[in-house]
Amino acid sequence: MPFWLEIVINVAFAYLASAGFALTINVPRRVLNLAGISGIISWIIYWLAMRASMGRLLSNLLGSFAIGILGIVFARMKKCPATVFYIPAIVPLVPGVPAYQAVRELTSGNLRGANDAVLRVIIVTGSIALGMLLSNMCVEIFFRIKKFYKRHSEKYNN
Amino acid sequence: MNARPGELFYQDLLETCLTAGELMIEGGSEMYRVEDTMVRIAKSAGEPDPRVFVVPTGVFMSLDHGNYCQSTLVHERNINLELVDRINSLSRAFADKKISLQEVKNEVTKMAKGGYPTFPIWLQTIGAAILSATLMVLFMNNYDWIDFPAAAVVGAIGFLSFYYFKRFTNVRFLAELVAALIMTVIAASLVRLFPQMIIDHILTGALMPLVPGLALTNALRDLFKGDILSGMVKICEALLTAFALGGGVGIVLKFLGA
Repeated sequence: MPFWLEIVINVAFAYLASAGFALTINVPRRVLNLAGISGIISWIIYWLAMRASMGRLLSNLLGSFAIGILGIVFARMKKCPATVFYIPAIVPLVPGVPAYQAVRELTSGNLRGANDAVLRVIIVTGSIALGMLLSNMCVEIFFRIKKFYKRHSEKYNN
Repeated sequence: MNARPGELFYQDLLETCLTAGELMIEGGSEMYRVEDTMVRIAKSAGEPDPRVFVVPTGVFMSLDHGNYCQSTLVHERNINLELVDRINSLSRAFADKKISLQEVKNEVTKMAKGGYPTFPIWLQTIGAAILSATLMVLFMNNYDWIDFPAAAVVGAIGFLSFYYFKRFTNVRFLAELVAALIMTVIAASLVRLFPQMIIDHILTGALMPLVPGLALTNALRDLFKGDILSGMVKICEALLTAFALGGGVGIVLKFLGA
């Protein structure tokens, strides 16, 4: 499969997945489209990072970092809480495959395989949560610096 | 000097704040946002020192230095972002003095009785089908198009059965177990019919609308923010969901020998 076709499929499917999940959790109608877009951007970042063999932890962290920043930007645009954008956009990153594998290995009695899968779930969820936390911190610092400069420039201009 | 507000005012304010907090927790908001909203409503109504304590199973609030104190229990926790958004914007409008306390109270009681727009159930089911099918393709790196329609069908049926069984029982765990059972039976019979499908791929996609990965991520975010108690409660809830789904899948696979 050519590379451009893969990118097209990934973009379209990431949008559909995020928007589809947004439908099932009843998001406000005016943000449905933007939720899909933040899903696209975070998935593409994750996917490219995985292709560049950055490893599972770092790629998940980068993807969720993008979600955090986009969530806050869109929340300011649309004037609604940032959670509305976080939850649909995380869905493609959530570790569905290792979670299913863990269950499957447990039921077939393969405890060692189940152990590996559970650990992978923990690592991926932890890195997603950490990425969002880091992005919140960065945005907060950015706004504080902006406020500081604004106050100073007013002082000097007057 | 303005007069000291009467008992009626405090009862109204407590009622409004508690119902708003309860609805926000039911809608799946983070705990700090719930606290924030309740305190904002109380402060903009003129109460100088409101105190709240919020955990995922209940809301406690005291006003007027502890003369008025009430609690509400929260029995059901879903994700319903329309509720979170509406109450958030209501509290902001109230803080900007665009609407009165009575209007906020009316609106909140209306929402508690289900007076907010939801997507119709067929649209939600289509959403679940799209989510299952597309995520299955994204997760499996080899782009298998054979399982694509199967994942959509199984995901949609699983979501519908979860939605309807939730009405019969108030134990969420059981509804998830039944949904997983039904999904696995259908997936196994589909694989019998079309032997080139892979049951693992179908089920991975189809379980995605119900899978607790999202709940786990939210729980960890709460933990990192410092809400240790609500983080632990949410982690326990996510683990229970995982056991229910896994148990359902496991039972059927053992019996059918797939």
